[in-house]
Amino acid sequence: MRALVAGGAIVAVFVAAALVSLVWTPWDVTALDIAGKLQPPSRAHWLGTDHFGRDVLSMLMVGARVSIAVALVAVGIGMGLGVPLGLAAAARHGSLLDEIVMRGNDLVFAFPALLIAIMITAVFGPSAVNAIVAIGIFNVPVFARLTRGAALSLWPRDFVLAARMAGKGDARISLEHILPNLVNLLIVQGTIQFSLGILAEAGLSYVGLGAQPPTPSWGRMLAESQTMFALAPHLALAPGLAIVLTVLGLNLMGDGLRDLLDPRLRRVRA
Amino acid sequence: MIGYALRRLVSLGLSLAVASLVIFLTLQVVPGDPASYMLGLNASPEAVAALRAQLGLDAGPVARYLGWVGGMLTGDFGISYTYRTPVAGMVLDRLQVSLPLALFALALSTLIAIPVGLWAAARRSSASDAAIMGTTQLGIAVPNFWFAMLLVLVFAVKLRWVSAGGFPGWQAGPIAGLRALALPAIALALPQASILARIMRSSLIDTLNEDFVRTARAKGLTRGQALRRHALRNALIPVLTIIGLQFSFLLAGAIIIENVFFLPGLGRLVFQAISQRDLIVVQSVVMLLVVAVILVTFLVDLAYAWVDPRLRSR
Repeated sequence: MRALVAGGAIVAVFVAAALVSLVWTPWDVTALDIAGKLQPPSRAHWLGTDHFGRDVLSMLMVGARVSIAVALVAVGIGMGLGVPLGLAAAARHGSLLDEIVMRGNDLVFAFPALLIAIMITAVFGPSAVNAIVAIGIFNVPVFARLTRGAALSLWPRDFVLAARMAGKGDARISLEHILPNLVNLLIVQGTIQFSLGILAEAGLSYVGLGAQPPTPSWGRMLAESQTMFALAPHLALAPGLAIVLTVLGLNLMGDGLRDLLDPRLRRVRA
Repeated sequence: MIGYALRRLVSLGLSLAVASLVIFLTLQVVPGDPASYMLGLNASPEAVAALRAQLGLDAGPVARYLGWVGGMLTGDFGISYTYRTPVAGMVLDRLQVSLPLALFALALSTLIAIPVGLWAAARRSSASDAAIMGTTQLGIAVPNFWFAMLLVLVFAVKLRWVSAGGFPGWQAGPIAGLRALALPAIALALPQASILARIMRSSLIDTLNEDFVRTARAKGLTRGQALRRHALRNALIPVLTIIGLQFSFLLAGAIIIENVFFLPGLGRLVFQAISQRDLIVVQSVVMLLVVAVILVTFLVDLAYAWVDPRLRSR
């Protein structure tokens, strides 16, 4: 429970920063001020300025928006496609459909998100949308596999048999009886994939496959800080710490949620 | 065991065939005509036609796909559109950096994680266990490329113990080569070691609660003896799977880390190829990495079945 509160508090700070950045940032992130470049943290610029004189705190806030949006939509894609596939595969266990879903999963697992992003970017050019699609595709088999496995263990249960006796078909049983029992599991996994998505987005935008200038993103802030390391180390610290804290917060939240929603697991972990 | 291995071999072949088809469709068919894609919007039809003939693009997609796969099987990856040299040679050169880096990181991560996980599991719920779990929680949250940048800042910029990047080449001797890969390998390994140590710990704790460990203790073995002789071997089974999975993450991670240290590996090659629209290079590198992932998964499956005969019937 402590983990959930601590993690939730950290994540809330970054979500709040991202939301506030929609209407207000301390400075305009597109305004360049070459005379005031590479300033250390001060009262005017709490986290200093970058090599174009842009306010680092403002860029971090907008960057939070990009990171959170990309990771969140990618989790949505993964759940939206993976959960129905997993439910269908479990309902028709052993059928051709089940086989296709599982082999398809194996195939996607062979393509790390980075490789998907490389292929998409080679064809369509770099953008935040590519990052979303790449991470989203990578999330699909994660949710499909999890859903299928958990649903398979529910199908032999009495309440499913009762529903079948009442004349319900596979689709209705999956939606009305199996899915509600998987919600906790999916929330926990969703939190984990969310945190992995933040890390993946940072990596992709670091190598230039994510959000493009002038939109600030945490990964690209790090890439740009690299050449000015000796002059202004604070430029590399702020975005890095933002990533670490967000991911740490989400992981703590995931652990806390798991303990809260599934007390059986607490015993195993203790 | 042989029957199981043959079944897995067939599915390995199928996975490779489908993966190659997906890569070919994405990089050769979706963008339309590669020749006009490379030359841009203002190219004259004659120039496009000439390039098409030169690249062997006049053939239909099926013939091109079969030609590509057949070439790959005989070590011919095609000719780079931009450098006009065989892709196989370019990839082989870069692989001499990326592969040792990934293996170095894998070795480091395993060597760190297994003792740490063992220590934590043997001292479950102690202060040192809590400290290890806290550290690994942090290790999982740190992006490896940022950790790499911090290592450069401390060990290259401030302390000046190592160079900030670059690679002297293996002809400068194995020591010089490994020295250049040391910081990148550490940066890659530590986040992976955090995950692996946690899995080692929980797997060992689960095994220590099994009946056969209790029986061993009842027969008079000390806690340490029961752990070493009976629990450890069983606990290593799930760890083995994760080590296999981590190899693919490390290869992908190596591509990103190479950027931090300016290493001439596959990562630099593929990002250059993307900016130069050299799709045949992108295609070869992606295929190579996918082959590596599928092959490692296959080997882990075999190792798994070898260690645990119950899995062969599946």
